[in-house]
Amino acid sequence: MLKVAVIGGGIAGMQTALRLRELGIEPIIFERDKELGGKVRNWHLLFPTFTESEAVLLPLKNRVAREKIEVRLATEVREFDSTSVTLASGEKIVVEAVVVCTGFTIFDARVKDEYGYGIYDNVYTSVDIERMFVDGKFAHWRGEEPERIAILHCVGSRDEKVCQRHCSKVCCVTGVKQAIELKRRFPKADIFNFYMDIRMFGPGYEELYHTAQREYGIHFVRGRISEASPLMDGRVQIKAEDTLTGRPLRMSVDMFILLVGMRSNSENEHFARTADLRLADSGFMQPKDLFVNNVCSNEEGIFYAGTVTAPKSIGEVLNEASMAADRVAEYLKER
Amino acid sequence: MVERAKWAEYEKAIADDHFYYARSCIRQNFFPGSEKAFLDILKNKLGKDIYDDPIHTSCTGIGYHSDIVPLETIMTVVARQFALMGEAGYENFATSCITSFGIYTEILHTWEEFPETKERTADYLMKATGRELVVPKNLAHTSDVMYHFRKDIAEKMVRPLVNVKTGEPLRVVEHIGCHYAKIFPKSGVGGSEFPYVLAGMIESWGGEVVDYPERRHCCGFGFRNYLVQANRGYSIANSQKKLESMAPYRPDFIVCNCPGCSMFLDKWQYAIAEMEGITYGQRGCGIPVLTYEEMAGLVLGYDPWELGMQMHAVDVEPLLNKMGVEYDPSAKYLGKSGKYIGKPAPTVVNRAVEASVYKLRG
Amino acid sequence: MALNFGYNISKPRVIDIDRNNLRKSVEIIRELPELQACIGCGTCTASCTAGNLTSFNFRKVHTLVRRGEYQGAYEELNKCMLCGKCRLLCPRGINTRGVIMLIKRKLGDF
Repeated sequence: MLKVAVIGGGIAGMQTALRLRELGIEPIIFERDKELGGKVRNWHLLFPTFTESEAVLLPLKNRVAREKIEVRLATEVREFDSTSVTLASGEKIVVEAVVVCTGFTIFDARVKDEYGYGIYDNVYTSVDIERMFVDGKFAHWRGEEPERIAILHCVGSRDEKVCQRHCSKVCCVTGVKQAIELKRRFPKADIFNFYMDIRMFGPGYEELYHTAQREYGIHFVRGRISEASPLMDGRVQIKAEDTLTGRPLRMSVDMFILLVGMRSNSENEHFARTADLRLADSGFMQPKDLFVNNVCSNEEGIFYAGTVTAPKSIGEVLNEASMAADRVAEYLKER
Repeated sequence: MVERAKWAEYEKAIADDHFYYARSCIRQNFFPGSEKAFLDILKNKLGKDIYDDPIHTSCTGIGYHSDIVPLETIMTVVARQFALMGEAGYENFATSCITSFGIYTEILHTWEEFPETKERTADYLMKATGRELVVPKNLAHTSDVMYHFRKDIAEKMVRPLVNVKTGEPLRVVEHIGCHYAKIFPKSGVGGSEFPYVLAGMIESWGGEVVDYPERRHCCGFGFRNYLVQANRGYSIANSQKKLESMAPYRPDFIVCNCPGCSMFLDKWQYAIAEMEGITYGQRGCGIPVLTYEEMAGLVLGYDPWELGMQMHAVDVEPLLNKMGVEYDPSAKYLGKSGKYIGKPAPTVVNRAVEASVYKLRG
Repeated sequence: MALNFGYNISKPRVIDIDRNNLRKSVEIIRELPELQACIGCGTCTASCTAGNLTSFNFRKVHTLVRRGEYQGAYEELNKCMLCGKCRLLCPRGINTRGVIMLIKRKLGDF
């Protein structure tokens, strides 16, 4: 059987491998972590339907196991080209093609130091909130239920100051989802989402936004928070402009949540250099085109699936992974 | 509440010795002992070489920020200061003013980004003064220099920033001039959001830094704003906003690294108290405002009247008493020659209750 | 007497959510929750009979009211001619006339 390397064992990698196997190709997954699943393992409920992340992960993981797909865990890929993969250990594996499914990196909120993440108590990222929901444990002010929560959109997205000009796409709907979850958990809390634009691109997203406003009474304020400061009692004061009234706005909050964006992996540059691949301005890998060849790289035999090329939702990633596998099969046949 | 480590994260290069000193235009009026104390501390306490050049001029920053001095002119004036530094045999430029520091930093960046502006300036400098343009190897604000030697000063410390009665560290509000690091965050110790330059001194000398909601807010100085009387309402409101925000933390004093900020935060307390009867410090008084040189001077055992602290609008005696500074109250208004220099009228900010009808806030 | 230095101390323009009394705002949203669904598109103001001739801006007034800024809202809303065009256009289906009547009823005192 023809052997194809799948770099990354997140949902993109697993779905690619499963589809390759359906097409009679032998995939081999290289995963850096000790476990398959990638970032999705950290998420609690998925937008817009509040589906448990396990509902996506388990079937994929089980099928990978059932199909006896070769998985190399805790294995870092140092370099690759269209016919081989070299591991950090120095081992070289010869393959017929490579699918890059290495995903993205979560923006480090400490870089935006005006928001005081890692400095002030009660400043969290959206990733922390997911973990709190997973663990069922909420760190909050003086052990009491929060009365006011602010959620800030576009932290590390659409921001030239931190070299992240792109939109991370999924944070808006994540912000709406988390606002609803927090409201369900803390019904007395007033929740404010601060946004620059609300981008509800997927099916059911706009409806979720509407539900958040109407049924959960979430306040949406158009304006980017300029800074957070500590208050005497440990809460946080935030400042923004309420741009729809043209006035500055200030409030203290018990929880300040930063919706952190999707950043390109720093390894992308290395891979691009060693395998002659093109990078987009955002640092994500640049597909051959954005239409009929959106899962192909500029190099024959190297393919992409998932967020390695741009921020995407889970559904989009899974579709793309199947497409990438199909294009690999086509490539191997026509070669 | 705050992990202090964060405040020291960005470091900047500061020279170890041999400084060319550039004075501020206004400090000698409002805080007349500060620059003298800085020179004395560097030369006599730390044994450093610093040159106080009598022929350097104003950087014309106030004129520049008030739309009176054009960019080409200020660049040429700045070029002359650098040329004087070179002629005096120095490479490290240390400026006492934040406005000047911002201007020097900005001009050096402009010359680097747009070399034609540097060429043009060199040409003007040559035509106007016959001098050669040089650029400093190291540019620092004098608070950077003081920060750089904070541990050496701590070793020679006579009176730490501690309340002698309670043994508790003094609670200090630090206020950084906007043009120190808000234009170029990398030009300041600690960056723009968590500048460490003053916080580092306070911590090294035994005090406790107070972080409060409006810490990063501008004092409202703004040049053309306060220069025009009709605009002063929103200028003073900025200082008031800060004072209101810091008051609940009961700070023992405020320390600034900018001539304008220290003047504003001090004098506006006087103005607010006279206009509205409100004070922000303890026991109905104002909050004393110090320059970092005055703070270092007290720590090193200088006499407060030698440091020029009698010129403050808000009396510093409550602070001196807390620190256990010995001073002669009767010498407060005696000038350098021992001659009586006159005494200000009683003010609300110094709790001249008998002189006013106001209800003072405790 | 207070000294006159030739200027006053400006009052802050900030909407201070901590200081504002949000009780009325909460009542208004509870009675007409659809008001929260406003996305600030401005169609209401664009079509407003009164807004084209006066400073009346329905979108801004109800947003301020929701933030607890009630001062002057009643007087502003009195400019509405209740023609109903804004309700016809609102993409979020908000009963704008209902909102105007409700805010006026709640804030009659302000």
